[in-house]
Amino acid sequence: MLDFEKPVLELENKIVELRKVSSNDSGMNISEEIDRMQNKIQRLLVSTYSKLTPAQRVKVARHPQRPHFKDYVEQMIEDFTPLAGDRQFGEDEALIGGIGRFEGQSVVIMGHEKGRETNERIRHNFGMARPEGYRKAQRLMRMAEQFDLPIISLVDTAGAYPGLGAEERGQSEAIARSIETCLSVETPFISVIIGEGGSGGAIAIAAADKVFMLEHSVYSVISPEGCASILWRSADYAQDASSALKLTSEDMLKLGLIDDIIKEPMGGAHRQAEKTIKRTQTKILESLRELKALPRDKLLEQREQKFLDMGRNL
Amino acid sequence: MNWISNYIRPKIQSIVGEQKDVPDNLWHKCPECDGMIFHRELQENMHVCHHCNYHMIIPVLDRLDILFDGATWTRVSLPAVAEDPLKFKDKKKYTDRLKDSRTKTKEKDAIIVAEGRIGGVHTIVAAFNFKFMGGSMGAAVGEGIVTAAELAVSKKAPLIIVPASGGARMQEGALSLMQMPRTIIATKRVKEAGLPYLVLLTHPTTGGVSASFAMVGDIHLAEPGATIGFAGKRVIQETIREELPDDFQTSEYLVEHGMVDRVVERKNLNSEIGTILSILTKQDEPAESESGNTKASASTTKSKGKKTKSKKSKGETGNVKNFETAQKAKQIKKASSAAKPKAGQRVASARK
Repeated sequence: MLDFEKPVLELENKIVELRKVSSNDSGMNISEEIDRMQNKIQRLLVSTYSKLTPAQRVKVARHPQRPHFKDYVEQMIEDFTPLAGDRQFGEDEALIGGIGRFEGQSVVIMGHEKGRETNERIRHNFGMARPEGYRKAQRLMRMAEQFDLPIISLVDTAGAYPGLGAEERGQSEAIARSIETCLSVETPFISVIIGEGGSGGAIAIAAADKVFMLEHSVYSVISPEGCASILWRSADYAQDASSALKLTSEDMLKLGLIDDIIKEPMGGAHRQAEKTIKRTQTKILESLRELKALPRDKLLEQREQKFLDMGRNL
Repeated sequence: MNWISNYIRPKIQSIVGEQKDVPDNLWHKCPECDGMIFHRELQENMHVCHHCNYHMIIPVLDRLDILFDGATWTRVSLPAVAEDPLKFKDKKKYTDRLKDSRTKTKEKDAIIVAEGRIGGVHTIVAAFNFKFMGGSMGAAVGEGIVTAAELAVSKKAPLIIVPASGGARMQEGALSLMQMPRTIIATKRVKEAGLPYLVLLTHPTTGGVSASFAMVGDIHLAEPGATIGFAGKRVIQETIREELPDDFQTSEYLVEHGMVDRVVERKNLNSEIGTILSILTKQDEPAESESGNTKASASTTKSKGKKTKSKKSKGETGNVKNFETAQKAKQIKKASSAAKPKAGQRVASARK
């Protein structure tokens, strides 16, 4: 539960209780009361969500009930066929992907999956990919190019996994090469930050033609906690770091580092997953049409130029 | 290993030099073996401990001196970038941190781009300055690398980047993160133009710097004992709660794990890089007629390289040469944007 959503949650609990009571006593008419409370919830959500602080945004972005990669795939992709393995060392379920149909078009889709239940979270390593994940991503991108399929990537990671084996097997090289591959494949490439866009682990699959952020997702060079412990010398200053890092979707758009924002339903994606995914789907479709109209050589040139121009007009 | 030079000299000095007219920093202590090194010796020995061969962080200007032939190079001016676009403030303002670093280093930011000859081959070098905010990579550093790469392409010169950096510059937020794709685009264009792109990994190369341009070179060289890795040692230890091997994330460890080609001692950098560049750019390939003279020794490499170059420029007026360069640059640009470069194209442009 998010602390700032507590009043909302209390009201929601009350409604549940009222319903229980009324079902026992059929003579009671509670619909008016429930309507009144639901209106209050709406007002509360609007007032809370219209002025979320950056630190609160980080919490929303990390909400466990937020739609994850698998939810998007289930709703957006037909005939999804997951593909596994980097063909070099192993399979990494922190970054998964495969082929399927998006609005009738064949595509490659990949992204981080954090998992929800404990065992699932462990299996997906909390969405923190190892080199094998980034090498599988390279494999999928190359395959997309080979079969002329657009690429959709969904970013949701705290960052690349900091482990002994990951370092041994070249985490740096895997990320660097993955970025290089993003910037080399001649096929339309759309990336959406759906939750956390954590540093190198995120950009590794997000150097795309179009990069969108969900309204309450965050994108940052370092976690606010990490930044606070280095610059403030204590993780207690994570709130200050969240503000200083300018990691919200509005800041990112203002800085010219992303292409657009996808509005979330009132109260955040975790309240209305289906609606969130639908909006994302519409945005991707719209953008895909635009990109498909471009000649391929132009596409790559534009992609490179977009990144080269970043920060030049600030 | 000389006991007398290690201990007696500093002591004598502390007795004799009571009046304090001698600066404190005449003697340096090696962080590895605790041996004392006289500052002039340190300078002469390229900031390598003569007791234990520990490679200390070398000031960036000295770094360029030892890399280029005859310590001769010229500085390339770099474009200005937006200063503190985030208005970042932690315990201290970012603008103040910049000011402090500028006063301390007398440099604008954490990178210097230089051109000169290495092994006779005209080369562009982008070297990090670790003394400037830990060599962290923000927009200025990124723009420096983009400039260096563009210069390399337009002059048909190899590019060498020498990172010495803790990673991205947090004070520039996601803008510093975007330097990862930006620098990769820059170095990709050098490679696509058929020009060698070398990385000389020095202590330290970590985080967003190691996970971008630093790991996609044609050839990766590293100085002995440098720390090279993605995540910090402490973070890893806290995550996995296991002891890490002693040589974890060192240059030698990276060679063992297939990420670095060679560990090269500082004193050999100029000659080793010179040889590599002259081979890759085919500088010393004898003409068909003088095929008997194939065994060019390393010592003749320099002069030979220079000769080839001067021969080429003979009979060309400056204008013609410039025009040609511009034309070629255009062709390269076309080639790199038009389509994925074909192997043939690469070879062709490398041969020209």
